[in-house]
Amino acid sequence: MNFLRLAWAVAAKDLRSEVRSKETINASLSFALVILLLFSFAFDPDSEQIREISGGLLWLVFAFAGTLILNRSFARELVNDCLDALIASPASGAQLFLGKCLGNYVLLLIVECLCLPIFAVFYNIRVPRSLALLFLVMLLGTWGITVIGTLFSAMTVNLRLREIMLPSLIYPMLIPALMGSIHLSTILIAGDPLAADDQIWFRVLVGFDLIFTILSLGLVEIVLVG
Amino acid sequence: MRLKIILVLSVLSGALLAWNLHTMFLNVPDEANQGAVFRIIYFHVPSAITSMIGFYAGMFAGIAYLARKDLRFDAFAASVNEVSLVFATITLITGSIWGRIIWGIWWTWDYRLTSYFVCWLMYLGYLMLRRAIDEPTTRARLSAVLSIFACVDIVLVWKSIEWYRTQHPGPVLSIRNGGGMAPGMEAPIYWNLLALAMLAAVLTIMRMRQQTMQREIDSLRRYAHAF
Repeated sequence: MNFLRLAWAVAAKDLRSEVRSKETINASLSFALVILLLFSFAFDPDSEQIREISGGLLWLVFAFAGTLILNRSFARELVNDCLDALIASPASGAQLFLGKCLGNYVLLLIVECLCLPIFAVFYNIRVPRSLALLFLVMLLGTWGITVIGTLFSAMTVNLRLREIMLPSLIYPMLIPALMGSIHLSTILIAGDPLAADDQIWFRVLVGFDLIFTILSLGLVEIVLVG
Repeated sequence: MRLKIILVLSVLSGALLAWNLHTMFLNVPDEANQGAVFRIIYFHVPSAITSMIGFYAGMFAGIAYLARKDLRFDAFAASVNEVSLVFATITLITGSIWGRIIWGIWWTWDYRLTSYFVCWLMYLGYLMLRRAIDEPTTRARLSAVLSIFACVDIVLVWKSIEWYRTQHPGPVLSIRNGGGMAPGMEAPIYWNLLALAMLAAVLTIMRMRQQTMQREIDSLRRYAHAF
């Protein structure tokens, strides 16, 4: 219980600081809007084709906007050596990591929930019947992005080319989670029923989340402390 | 001692490669449907297997570094991953040439091609990460973690992309229940795998020597700067 309490203290600190400054969420949201605008030039936004690629577009927006949040996650602690203070605090590496993950997860979900209606308005997408399932996909897919992104954010925090390194390292890693999320989101946004074969993608998402959460919690101490 | 190993392995690998080239070009007949171009499999498949063995050897060396904190394990991990990336590149290029002739296209987003390309990108990231870190122990630590993540992810990427329809030919080796090849045509694949594996070992050992020397030069440079 103490484990979760300390992790939540880290997450609450991050979220409180974000509520006060709003710098990451504003940057991430405006970047997401820019990507949504750019998509309208890449293909005909009024065509029926949009339904077939809607899941892909949506998750590209989430993945790109998410990188901005994840990049700042540990980088914001560099000022005044706050990262050293956090590492020296009673919170273990795993608690620190879980706290950071939860903070990023909430922020990314807020950006996604704001983007979803804007995406629907811009590209004439009707509210899907199975909205709850779409939210479930968002919860699972976003946790995958967050858990890998937060660990790699910790790995790259002190690097010269941090902003470039993080996306080039995490996107290939995220392929299984992104594939599952894109596949399921496309079906759900189009309003089609999920076939038995599609259920496997839920298992892929849950498996991906579980494996990398356990692996990250086990290895984060090595990444942060050595 | 290490020099002798390099020398022996180089000679063996060179001789075996020459013998394999003789067998595959002069003794093995053209394939009924594909013609002469099928011979690309003798380099494509062994390169792919060598690279995957190398990537996993790199992961185990990374784990060994994390357990023992001995930089020799890191030097091995870095060298073997670098060499494996070269073999992975050879696999992609040879596959692409074969695809152009047989399929009529250089590339298709088939599951094996996609997952192999994802794997290639991960290890490109591995080398980028190593170049971006100057401090040897931090570099060893973080690249070991990345290597573990990459090796676990390769399996997930492979399985998840496999559920999409595939265009790549099915297993052809009898050990993978493929059995689509005549034994006489299949044997050179294993001989070339041995030759390429020995070549990879030679290159890894040579690269390890360079890594060790580089570390010594860096420490001497730091020592010189201290005065």
